[in-house]
Amino acid sequence: MSAPALSTTPAEGFTSTRFAQHLSQRAYLPAWWLEAKKAAWNQFNALPLPSRTDENWRFSDLKGLDLSGFTVPEDHSQKIPNHSGFAQAAEIVFSNRQVVARSHVSAELSSKGVIFAPLDEALRQHGDLVRTYFQKHPANLGSAKFVALNTALTVAGGFLYVPADVEVDLPFVIQHTLTGNNVSVFPHTIVVLGPRAKATVVEFFVSGGSSSVTASTLARSAPAAERQLVSGVNDLHAAEGAQLTYVGAQRWSRETLAFQINSIAVERDARVLSLNLHLGGRQSRHESHSRLLGPGAHSEMLSLTVADGDREFDQRTLQTHISPHTTSNLLYKNALLDTAKTIFSGLIIVEPDAQKTDAYQKNRNLMLSDTAEAHSLPGLEIQANDVKCSHGSTSARIDAEQEFYLQARGINPTEARRLLVSAFFEEVLNKLENEDLHASLTALIADQFKK
Amino acid sequence: MPTLEIRDLFVALAATPDKPIVKGLNLTIRTGEVHAIMGPNGTGKSTLSKAIAGHPDYVITSGDVLLGGKSILEMEADERARAGLFLAFQYPSEIPGVSIANFLRAAVQARLAEGEEIDATAYYKRLYSKMDLLKIDRKFTSRSVNEGFSGGEKKRCEILQMAMLEPTFSLMDETDSGLDIDALRIVAEGVNLMRGEKLGVLLITHYQRLLDYIVPDFVHVMYDGRIVKSGDKTLALELEAKGYDWVKQELALSASAAVATA
Ligand SMILES: Nc1ncnc2c1ncn2[C@@H]1O[C@H](COP(=O)(O)OP(=O)(O)OP(=O)(O)O)[C@@H](O)[C@H]1O
Ligand SMILES: [Mg+2]
Repeated sequence: MSAPALSTTPAEGFTSTRFAQHLSQRAYLPAWWLEAKKAAWNQFNALPLPSRTDENWRFSDLKGLDLSGFTVPEDHSQKIPNHSGFAQAAEIVFSNRQVVARSHVSAELSSKGVIFAPLDEALRQHGDLVRTYFQKHPANLGSAKFVALNTALTVAGGFLYVPADVEVDLPFVIQHTLTGNNVSVFPHTIVVLGPRAKATVVEFFVSGGSSSVTASTLARSAPAAERQLVSGVNDLHAAEGAQLTYVGAQRWSRETLAFQINSIAVERDARVLSLNLHLGGRQSRHESHSRLLGPGAHSEMLSLTVADGDREFDQRTLQTHISPHTTSNLLYKNALLDTAKTIFSGLIIVEPDAQKTDAYQKNRNLMLSDTAEAHSLPGLEIQANDVKCSHGSTSARIDAEQEFYLQARGINPTEARRLLVSAFFEEVLNKLENEDLHASLTALIADQFKK
Repeated sequence: MPTLEIRDLFVALAATPDKPIVKGLNLTIRTGEVHAIMGPNGTGKSTLSKAIAGHPDYVITSGDVLLGGKSILEMEADERARAGLFLAFQYPSEIPGVSIANFLRAAVQARLAEGEEIDATAYYKRLYSKMDLLKIDRKFTSRSVNEGFSGGEKKRCEILQMAMLEPTFSLMDETDSGLDIDALRIVAEGVNLMRGEKLGVLLITHYQRLLDYIVPDFVHVMYDGRIVKSGDKTLALELEAKGYDWVKQELALSASAAVATA
């Protein structure tokens, strides 16, 4: 193992005393869980921070990965911006680490065996179920250290279980809000769809209070922007023939260092659509790993990013085709403004047995500034001989004639850009069946342009 | 009555500011008036209209443009539009992914006071009535701006925008080109309906045909970056009959006369 680029001594917030306290407060949880946490804590401390030579961190700002000074918050804030505003099956709202609002699933769904609960409650009431799926297929894209930190310290997170043949049309919503300076949060959400089940899960990640900012308040309150750390993990499972739609939308504060690690497991004839919307943070790393486990499995991996200011968005993806006759389609779109930086690094692996794989990967960047930087590292690793795979990336400058046309109709430059970025994103948003959800994401994106 | 005054205007490409395209052009348009500009290809008609609208490719190297007595040169393109200027493009841009409805809605919204929200029902009612008037299928509202439109559809869409935004001065750059005879009639009717005390029009065209439908109050001939001859609607007929060589010869004559008297 190479020497860590930065100090690995736990900062004052993540000391062993603090961790011991964290464990002792959770003695009521299953023993396997506490053991997993201990092991993760040790792993977190043993693993170095990413180094320059690590291919998984190429182009990333390693100096930005500074964990010093963060604490684990105990108090929650009441200032919760509401993001859903659409009809939902049920909702859980976390502020910092605690549940501050919750609506339960209907009696009908609950009688069919649907479980939707905060992780803590799920561990107590459905421990074995959680154990079966917790990190069953860990993503393997370079963030093991931060995933370990998540396991060690996670409290907030949702657990959704939809049994075989149950279809739920309305989305399940989980909201995470983080408030305070030098605070951290470690959301872990597990979604399990049984055979032929159908569900939609929406997760919002936002900084609360004054720092849940629009660009204008951001500009005004820039020096006071709260420094925050997030390391979130998802385990998404779709059993045979299941259909899962997962939407994650983040709008962290100006000074947030965020990691979000997605694992997607798709079994025979199942279909998972994941769409991640990235708007905030100072440095935001997102990893997504799909595994196509059974014939007929499909993973649709979508992402939209508005990269403005001097933010860095670091996106790493892996599409692993394990079974024959599996398909995957990745489309990551970034709109870059100001001096922002995006990194897209994607790999398709087709394992020897995965004949007749059909896999696509595309990263498209819309440049709205000459000083923004988009890096794209697409890759293929094909071990089967009868497959259809393609990958590619494009970067295009925003069309000056289109911008002028909009302005010549009285639309101000910011709004003109918002319209052009929305147009660029439409192809991805149109893949959402739920129109309320589509509208809600469009509104979040529009907010990002309000200056 | 508001005026649009173009005073001794010089326009060049931003990339080559020392090579003027428009070379000392003077013209005053009052609301209620329709002025037609005719002139050979490449003489600077589109350059003039785009520079007035604030296109970033062009610089105004000297002279001034005044709207209601105030110079607009310091204003951004969107401010000029909100101040009452409209440019009907010779070649309208296609904007895939932005629907006509959302585009026009943003343009109407841009004219409302801060915090004021558009009345969606009233907006659609108005939009549909203008579309009906211009015989544009209502299905077009959900189509992307100009994308895949025929030449004539694009031009009709420009007029639709003008009708929705109600400018004080409209610069119409070859709105007649690409129109079949029926479309030309519809477009002309649309413009004639808007015509009146509240609107001044600058009509750039190559064809007398348009001026049969939209009868101008004044006709100007533009040549080599400036207006070289002005008159009433009969000038267009004369031009049609004699061609631009006639204007060129007159110019040469007056130039040599000027030399002779010097
Ligand atoms: N963006 C541009 N880039 C390069 N050259 C330009 C540009 N705009 C105008 N020109 C040049 O300036 C001159 C005037 O062009 P302009 O389009 O204004 O003419 P016009 O009178 O509108 O012609 P037409 O009747 O063909 O529409 C031409 O020589 C043209 O090539
Ligand atoms: Mg022209």
